[in-house]
Amino acid sequence: MKKISRREFIKTSFATAGTVVASSGMAKAANAVPRREEPLATLIDISKCIGCEECVFACQESNATKFPKPKKPFPKMVPTSRVPVEDWSEKQDVTDRLTPYNWLYIQHAQVNVDGEEIELTIPRRCMHCENPPCVKLCPWGAAKQEDNGLSRIDSDLCLGGSKCKTVCPWDIPQRQTGTGLYLDLLPSMAGNGVMYKCDRCYDKLENGEKPACIEACPEDVQIIGPRDEILKQAHKIAKEIGGYIYGEHENGGTNTIYVSPVPFDLLNKKIETGVGKPHLFKVKDLMADGTNIAKAMIIAPIAGVLAALGKIHMQSKEKK
Amino acid sequence: MKKTLRIRNLIYFFTLFFIALSGFAQMPIFKRYYIADIPGLGWLAQFYVTHYIHYISAVIFIGFATYVMVDFFFVKIKYDKFSFVAYTKIASIIGLIVTGTLMMIKNLSGTPFSAGFIIFLDISHLGLCMILISLTAVDLIKGQIKLFSNEITK
Repeated sequence: MKKISRREFIKTSFATAGTVVASSGMAKAANAVPRREEPLATLIDISKCIGCEECVFACQESNATKFPKPKKPFPKMVPTSRVPVEDWSEKQDVTDRLTPYNWLYIQHAQVNVDGEEIELTIPRRCMHCENPPCVKLCPWGAAKQEDNGLSRIDSDLCLGGSKCKTVCPWDIPQRQTGTGLYLDLLPSMAGNGVMYKCDRCYDKLENGEKPACIEACPEDVQIIGPRDEILKQAHKIAKEIGGYIYGEHENGGTNTIYVSPVPFDLLNKKIETGVGKPHLFKVKDLMADGTNIAKAMIIAPIAGVLAALGKIHMQSKEKK
Repeated sequence: MKKTLRIRNLIYFFTLFFIALSGFAQMPIFKRYYIADIPGLGWLAQFYVTHYIHYISAVIFIGFATYVMVDFFFVKIKYDKFSFVAYTKIASIIGLIVTGTLMMIKNLSGTPFSAGFIIFLDISHLGLCMILISLTAVDLIKGQIKLFSNEITK
């Protein structure tokens, strides 16, 4: 079997798709300053990614001021066996997984496309769900979702309980012990640091700039724009290359849309997954059942009023 | 009447028990402190399960509270029969229902409330719960509440 280089594959197979994207309105939209009030999504075209890690380094550089600065020694936790110290401060150069100091990394997958053995590289970070469980289920409101669809964790408020990671379908947020509000409350009894994840460079977006990973990419792997336009573009590319989409329906829909030349269930088998290394499984809408119960809530007061009126009616009848 | 009151007390007790337990389970404490390790209590560490139980208990509680409120206005109990503690409890329950309902709306898709208001809802919901539990605990200790009894206490 002939083995071709990653760049060669891109140049030959996707040259047409690239031309179409460059000439489309989407490319123009991506260069414009996105409006903050509408949900914005990013499109990651896996077929374009060469795995150079420019986005990874740009992310680290751009967000360096947000990274944890833990105080040592760490407070003694109670109970020690259930509250592990998670310290990444001495491993800040790790780039092969998500950490509190690395919010974006590249996954590798060796796959076969049309008889050609190729390596696909996939930038992975927070998916920025449309209805993010990390935000909605945070008991303190430390995680927040903005009108432009990004979700982020406020490091001044987070206590590091890691609930956001547990409820996240991809286990994205990563904890650093020894930093944050818990140190000023009950450091031994509650909390264990701060959770960190991609905030899609919310501060850059506020200034009308693109997120660092998008700006730095030499291959224009990512674009950002209104979600409906991004989805249209994703479907267009998928149709052109006979490809597949991830993120449109995962967890009820995310604001990160991947397009791949190979099925995502195949990609999922080929990538390394585990702690700090998210999967590419199909994900059902984890907030859907709660939403359905919440909608049923409207029945409760009506039922209560009817029951009380029924009782009063029966009593008045008995009196007569 | 006595049977109705007993059923009412039972519903009130079990609904409040599960709503409070599943509410506290929204914080990551039961696993940390081994409570979820107790046989039969493993569900307390499953955030989605406790989320559903909290919602379902809230549906029952709001239905029940509405029933009691309508019943109360028609029965026309004299207001001076209530103590200050009773008024505080009633205010806490109303506050819990209002903040809880707003939090349910917050959890629907979209961003209807500001981040600051969501923090206010989270903290006030917990604070109101603590007030209600504290007052109820004091009443239990003082013997002013008799669970499963037929009596209406002030």
